[in-house]
Amino acid sequence: MQPTHPYPAAPQTSVAAEPGPPAPGEPLLRIEDLRTHFFTDEGVVKAVDGMDLTVPSGKTVCVVGESGCGKSITARSILQLVDQPGRIVGGAVYWRSGTRPWTDLATLDATGEEIRQIRGDEIGMVFQEPMASLSPMYTVGAQLSETLRLHRGLNKAEAREKGIELLRRVGIPRPERRFDSYSFQLSGGMCQRVMIAIALSCDPALLIADEPTTALDVTTQARIIDLLKNLQEQNGMAMVFITHDLGVVAEIADEVTVMYLGTVAEHGTVDEIFGNPKHPYTRALLSSIPTMRGVRSGGSARQRLTAIRGMVPHPQNRPTGCPFHTRCELAIPGTCDTEAPPVARFDSAGHLAYCHLFTEPAERRELHTQATPSAPVSVIEPEVAVIEPDHEPEQHEPDHETHPRTPARSQGQPLLDVQDLTMHFPLRTGLSRRARTVVRAVDGVDLTIHPGETLGLVGESGCGKTTLGRCIARLLEPTSGHIYYRTDDGDQVDLTRLRRRELHAYRQQIRVIFQDPYSSLNPRMTLGQIIGEPLRVNRLARGSELEDRVADMLSRVGLRPEYIRRYPHAFSGGERQRINIARALVTNPRLVIADEAVSALDVSVRAQILNLLVDLQAELDLTYLFVSHDLSVVEHISDRVTVMYLGNVVESADTSDLYRQPHHPYTEALMSAVPLPDPGLRTARHRTQIPDDLPDPTNPPPGCPFHPRCPHVRPDRCRAEIPELRRTGDQRLAACHHSESLTLTGVS
Amino acid sequence: MLGYMTRRVLIMVPTLFVISIISFAIIQLPPGDYLTTMVAEMEAQGNEIDEAQLDALRERYGLGESFFTQYYRWITNVVFHLDFGHSFDWNRPVSGLVGDRLALTVGLSIATILFIWIVAFPIGVYSAMRQHSVGDYAFTMVGFIGLAVPNFMIALVLMWIGLRYFGQSPGGIVSPEYADAAWNLGKVLDVLGHLWVPIVVWGTAGTAGLIRILRNNLLDELRKPYVVAARARGVPETRLTVKYPLRVALNPFFSTIGWILASLIGADAIVSRVLNLDTTGPLLLRALMAQDMYLAGSLILISAVLVVLGTLLSDLLLGWLDPRVRFRYGR
Repeated sequence: MQPTHPYPAAPQTSVAAEPGPPAPGEPLLRIEDLRTHFFTDEGVVKAVDGMDLTVPSGKTVCVVGESGCGKSITARSILQLVDQPGRIVGGAVYWRSGTRPWTDLATLDATGEEIRQIRGDEIGMVFQEPMASLSPMYTVGAQLSETLRLHRGLNKAEAREKGIELLRRVGIPRPERRFDSYSFQLSGGMCQRVMIAIALSCDPALLIADEPTTALDVTTQARIIDLLKNLQEQNGMAMVFITHDLGVVAEIADEVTVMYLGTVAEHGTVDEIFGNPKHPYTRALLSSIPTMRGVRSGGSARQRLTAIRGMVPHPQNRPTGCPFHTRCELAIPGTCDTEAPPVARFDSAGHLAYCHLFTEPAERRELHTQATPSAPVSVIEPEVAVIEPDHEPEQHEPDHETHPRTPARSQGQPLLDVQDLTMHFPLRTGLSRRARTVVRAVDGVDLTIHPGETLGLVGESGCGKTTLGRCIARLLEPTSGHIYYRTDDGDQVDLTRLRRRELHAYRQQIRVIFQDPYSSLNPRMTLGQIIGEPLRVNRLARGSELEDRVADMLSRVGLRPEYIRRYPHAFSGGERQRINIARALVTNPRLVIADEAVSALDVSVRAQILNLLVDLQAELDLTYLFVSHDLSVVEHISDRVTVMYLGNVVESADTSDLYRQPHHPYTEALMSAVPLPDPGLRTARHRTQIPDDLPDPTNPPPGCPFHPRCPHVRPDRCRAEIPELRRTGDQRLAACHHSESLTLTGVS
Repeated sequence: MLGYMTRRVLIMVPTLFVISIISFAIIQLPPGDYLTTMVAEMEAQGNEIDEAQLDALRERYGLGESFFTQYYRWITNVVFHLDFGHSFDWNRPVSGLVGDRLALTVGLSIATILFIWIVAFPIGVYSAMRQHSVGDYAFTMVGFIGLAVPNFMIALVLMWIGLRYFGQSPGGIVSPEYADAAWNLGKVLDVLGHLWVPIVVWGTAGTAGLIRILRNNLLDELRKPYVVAARARGVPETRLTVKYPLRVALNPFFSTIGWILASLIGADAIVSRVLNLDTTGPLLLRALMAQDMYLAGSLILISAVLVVLGTLLSDLLLGWLDPRVRFRYGR
């Protein structure tokens, strides 16, 4: 956080307010039985169907759930911002603030003056895509002033002054200049700060934040969350925070509402939801996320994640009875699939869940005795790992498969040995369009991968990790350097020296799983054609043999072989990623580069895919290079981790060593930015704050590339001398001048 | 903005150079040169050939010299003296032939673009804001008819309507009774009465196309997050639409200037014939058929230059309108 400046009090218009502003903790917003439906050609989609939410003044309520659960539509319904063909068809959104008595916002005219007065003034809103939420045609200052001029009646000069003040308050450096910038000249994090400044410009009583950090890097996310927390403390405003990330919830929430298919599954305080979850969906969500517990409890075994079976159904195919019963392990046949679940209330007044388990007559509950509110939750279903700091993972060990971390690296030759690899992209600017500057996307990287291991590659976006992966797969032609690959026979081949034709053989052995499950599959090809293509072009198989191998691969990745004639559009994101995996593995590769392979997936599906990758690795003897920005996923799946910054490797170590105690300040900063799904750690964790903007990659800073952001920077060598990647411990490499003298904290 | 403008202007220079070379190459394409054609012509008519005059012409055009010397003489005459050479078909200097017609062509083109804008803008906005309404469908249908029916057909129909219901003389830009009259209010009105026909004819296809583009662009923009974000900060609906999505959707209005100009200058031959208009189109057609190469080459050169100028104009307007364009190239 930037030092915050005293904020001039908003003109107090409410001189003689009869009802008065609600006291802290009093309800400010009450959503009751909200129903927002979309009337499409294919039928009515009940995106929100009976949602309740109460937001107390000055508190943060998180709404959490997977995509397609109606979180965003709920948020937009509050201010009647639902696009056609969506419409609020039932329920009420009661709002009171300042002089206003309880008003039902849902009954106001969506284009009328009354709701317009509330939008941006009493209720501010921040969106998921900060860049796209600002019009590129006007300066950010113009859009910020607009709100002030509309609601506060300021003139141009006053609005500018106040706007600059606001930009400073949200931590934008040199706000006088940024005021006149356009959105496309700012980074995503900066744009989100501008959006927050706009939302806060009129001192709203409530801020609705709809996935405000999802599109941002983890370091930026941490700063935005801190900013929101600080601003909330200063203003005393309430917040509705929509997210799918349970780590973020644990970080910021006072109360949590878990949503499933347009309605509430469970509601409680943040401690209740994380410490004593009741609804099977909440528990399943909590157990499907990698939690870095392996490190924190010193465990050395990789646990399987508990995936929720299936996926969120399309709201059009909403199941009868309890919406979750189709995926629930504890569903009671005859009850859950027919009757809507009743509300069950627990110890504290606010904690409630919509579930049959807690109200069923005792005899039918026999099987589920442990499910009574007082019983410890972990026993209800052995696979459900509960997030309680005192739980040891060993308790669950007999119940799931564990994969011992392979100590493969110590023995034998590396499968892949990357030496001094560089990849420069020329940047054409200026009048002549000649390449004057280059972006050093990968700038002298050394890397080894041993057979059978999983190497995680992490860093912020723009650090060159994807480019490095693509160079290794030779999808890009590296500028210089060597990629030594050890063949089956033990020979070493430098892939950078091979011509196109000679590369064919290696293209079967080194395969890539791509990030986006939607755009990486050709919609005009059937699964048989997509998965069979690598076999066909490499002349590995034809005709019925090819079909057999494709069918076999499909069943290995958990899809039915009958799907071979179907087209990708018939599949969900998770299934498409399985198709992607099948395509990568069909040639029997030895090395698989998974480029953000689970980043676009919902948590429950992500757990399924991660488990699949682990299973396939053991089954097919694969080596993975796992590229990801998500440190908890990397911790879960990797044996070793390499951290990249601005095209360079800054640290490399065994996973548990790295996460326990990093040797490079950048790694520490990344880790402290990861929100952990444990509200208990919120205050205990020491946060390393680093500025959220990467330096210009065409003009990297002199000396250590990280020194402008480094909290441990020392005046001596950091600014002048580029640190070498050197040995700093057993199996550890770091590129920092002061590794030995620093004691850095990992995920403690 | 200055850097962007400079780049746009500078980029014209090589473009124009290449265009002029191609134009000159076309002039040079037929076998023989201008003089041999003229000599042959004169001999056929049994005229005396004045050797001194021939030498002067030879000197003037640099005939017999290399392609580039000839090109150099031709282009310097064009640039510095506006001398485009001699039309042997008409036996007049090309510049004199082209002057009036060019003015009419450019005037009609500009009028047509204005017509397209004035008609397409409200209809496009209406169609997007009231998507799937009766009006939207009606305009869509009219638009497709405009796109589908050949221009000369529309021209004939409009001329007939003008004659039948308004008693106007068909074709031309002025009625016979005003042909030699001095300019007065009656003549101005008469000219305007005639001009609307070609403007509408040329405008239909462009209007229909632009309505579709504006409608689709605006529909896309209306769903963009920044529209929701602006609504969420309480911007009134009408102001919101005009200020945010509409301004972005306006880009095609300016980016199409270049190609609309091109299609009008190049492809108006048939309609001009039907309407009996003295534009450059019929002149070019006749020049090509008669192998009147100086005239043809000059017309091609002039048309191409106008298109380049039109493109420059639309680029500059785009840069003025859209900061993304301005800054992406401004660095």
